Amino acid sequence: MVVFEKPKSLTDAEFHYCPGCTHGIIHRLVAEAIDATGCEGNAVGVAPVGCAVMAYNYFACDMVEAAHGRAPAVATGLKRAMPDHVIFTYQGDGDLASIGMAETVHAAARNENITVIFVNNAIYGMTGGQMAPTSLPGQVTQTSPYGRDVKTAGYPVKVCEILRDLDGPEFIARVAVNNVKNVRNAKKIIQKAFENQIAGKGFSLVEVVSSCPTNWGMTPVKALEWVEEKMIPYYPLGVYKDRSAKEEN
Amino acid sequence: MTTEILIAGFGGQGVLFAGKFLAYKGLLENRHLSWLPSYGPEMRGGTANCSVILSDDNVGSPIVSKPDVLIAMNLPSLDKFEKDVVPGGTIYVESTLISRKVARDDVKVFYVPATELAKSIGAPTLANMVMIGKFIRESGAVSYDELDAALKKVVSARHADLLEINLKAITTGYQY
Amino acid sequence: MSEKVLMKGNEAIAEAAIRAGCRHYFGYPITPQTELAAYMAKRMPKIDGVFLQAESEIAAINMVYGVSSAGLRVMTSSSSPGVSLKQEGISYIAGSDLPALIVNVERGGPGLGGIQPSQSDYFQATKGGGHGDYHLIVLTPASVQEMADLTALAFDLSDKYRVPAMLLADGTIGQMMEPVELPAESGCTVEKPWAVTGTKMQRRHNIVNSLYLVPEELERTNIERFERYAQIEANEVRYEKFMTEDADVCVVAFGIAARVSKNAVIAARNEGIKAGLIRPITVWPFPKKAIAEAAKHVKGFVSVELSMGQMIEDVRLACECTRPVSLCSRVGGMIPSPDEVLESIKKMNGGLK
Repeated sequence: MVVFEKPKSLTDAEFHYCPGCTHGIIHRLVAEAIDATGCEGNAVGVAPVGCAVMAYNYFACDMVEAAHGRAPAVATGLKRAMPDHVIFTYQGDGDLASIGMAETVHAAARNENITVIFVNNAIYGMTGGQMAPTSLPGQVTQTSPYGRDVKTAGYPVKVCEILRDLDGPEFIARVAVNNVKNVRNAKKIIQKAFENQIAGKGFSLVEVVSSCPTNWGMTPVKALEWVEEKMIPYYPLGVYKDRSAKEEN
Repeated sequence: MTTEILIAGFGGQGVLFAGKFLAYKGLLENRHLSWLPSYGPEMRGGTANCSVILSDDNVGSPIVSKPDVLIAMNLPSLDKFEKDVVPGGTIYVESTLISRKVARDDVKVFYVPATELAKSIGAPTLANMVMIGKFIRESGAVSYDELDAALKKVVSARHADLLEINLKAITTGYQY
Repeated sequence: MSEKVLMKGNEAIAEAAIRAGCRHYFGYPITPQTELAAYMAKRMPKIDGVFLQAESEIAAINMVYGVSSAGLRVMTSSSSPGVSLKQEGISYIAGSDLPALIVNVERGGPGLGGIQPSQSDYFQATKGGGHGDYHLIVLTPASVQEMADLTALAFDLSDKYRVPAMLLADGTIGQMMEPVELPAESGCTVEKPWAVTGTKMQRRHNIVNSLYLVPEELERTNIERFERYAQIEANEVRYEKFMTEDADVCVVAFGIAARVSKNAVIAARNEGIKAGLIRPITVWPFPKKAIAEAAKHVKGFVSVELSMGQMIEDVRLACECTRPVSLCSRVGGMIPSPDEVLESIKKMNGGLK
């Protein structure tokens, strides 16, 4: 009896992610959602620029590598070309909430029928730990060596809070993967974001509060504690918008 | 034969429309032709002009810098383009709005109180087509036949009720 | 033969694209190409096509990237400042070996510049524009008819070589109306096995990508791409020769500058000066051989451009500086008059007496 196996929609390629990085968990959750909805043969994923830049090697479905921040625009093109396909993006915080903010907001405003997985680890990981749009006030990074000073560097961008006020998007939620309970919930929510698209409901974004032990300068365990103590209070988990659920009530 | 025509006036005087009519008339007569508008913010309330070239041969440059024919719908246009008309060319002056005379003596000039004539047929905005009527009469550059076929190309279907009044404006100019 | 209709150059591009099977258009408003977007907005919904006004030029070109990844014909259009914004996406499209059509109805620059016609994006169009080693197939229409014909050709060449194509027009050709015989309905005839149309669980996944972190691999993709460029240079050069056989002075000009130059060449001939015109229809690949051929018998070349002198460099390279090349140009939205070109022809003709 098989009690544990790799999701079918992940390839056999070995992840390049650092020890303790939660990208691996999130990749798995996305793959499980693809498996659960049975859309692998019909799915096209869009990889970002950032730590997940090589996600195209990991997902077994067709993949496109987008320019930094442009994944929602590329996904828009793919979806408009192939309305019956399942199109998802996988993006980090610098990609989605800084350089690609316009693409994110407008894809949401158009209620583009795509699924966006947004990994928020409050840092630019791939380039070695610079301040991200989601870095917390006071957070020390390579480009905020004295801690993020909100007077000069401004405040973090709360993506779910911004997007929920748009009339466009179908589903906006924030989850975390720092403990088993949260991972289980994240799995459910990510699957729903795919189901929404398949049901033709529209733009679904799941923000996954994540950790980056390497660039935070913490052990993996300490990093998960930091998620619980610092990140989640600033980025509260929950479903921020669910239009269909609202209409059903 | 090639006729290079410059129609100039205020934005809103139907300068581009008049040019388009001539272009379609040329098309229906199997002539070679080009139509080139001025474009941009100047069109919105400022001056507008368009170049129309009708030819029996391929049209080279669509830009009319030395017009054979100038149709001046306002004073700034006459001031600006009078000097450019080729010697022996023709200037049509909208004489309701332009009180001065053409200074040159090496061009043929027709003074047409087009706005007044247009008002007299109840179509004060069609001075442009009155001028076109006069131009057709004096130049013979396009024929006076089958005007409505060309008009139908420029007057959109939803304004079909305006066909007749346009025709009347051309006729009025032709007969002036 | 279909009936001739009167159309603006910008509209002719749009209709020709639709007839070439393009059902996806993404753009952002900018003068002087807006008629193209407006035409698409009107027509696409009626033929089950997609018109989408993007949030930015950057988004528009990336939507193009998405549709092309799916293997379909797709285009965007803009004017100079907007095309600058698209350069990132164009580089990615080139680096991912995707076909696409980008239309640039040029206006004067740099910066916000003006809105009147220009050809000052020649370097950007022919020498790269975005980052990295790449070329676009660059076609330069000189009439409304060519706006239509070269649009269809651009899609074909782009699909055939997996190289993005650019239609490099200018505000004059975009705005003017001329009779045009629209091309017949066509579509893509090449297979696109690389497209991301879903694995259907029947094949390994396709990846559309321009990232190669192993230098040897990235070098190999560049070299392979340049082998295709060499084929394009060998097979796809297009130009028009006008009275060049016995010419003493050869004018080189494209687009609206060529229209003006033709008048000047005729005027020069009427004055007994043996002038001729080479009109590049592709500026990449550039008609080097035609220039080199003319260099054998002409006294010199006159490069007529709506720029401070960009194509002139290619003319000099093509004739290997064996003949003098002078520049006749106006910029900022100005267009040289036939008289100005004639003056340059005379100077070149008399210069070597």
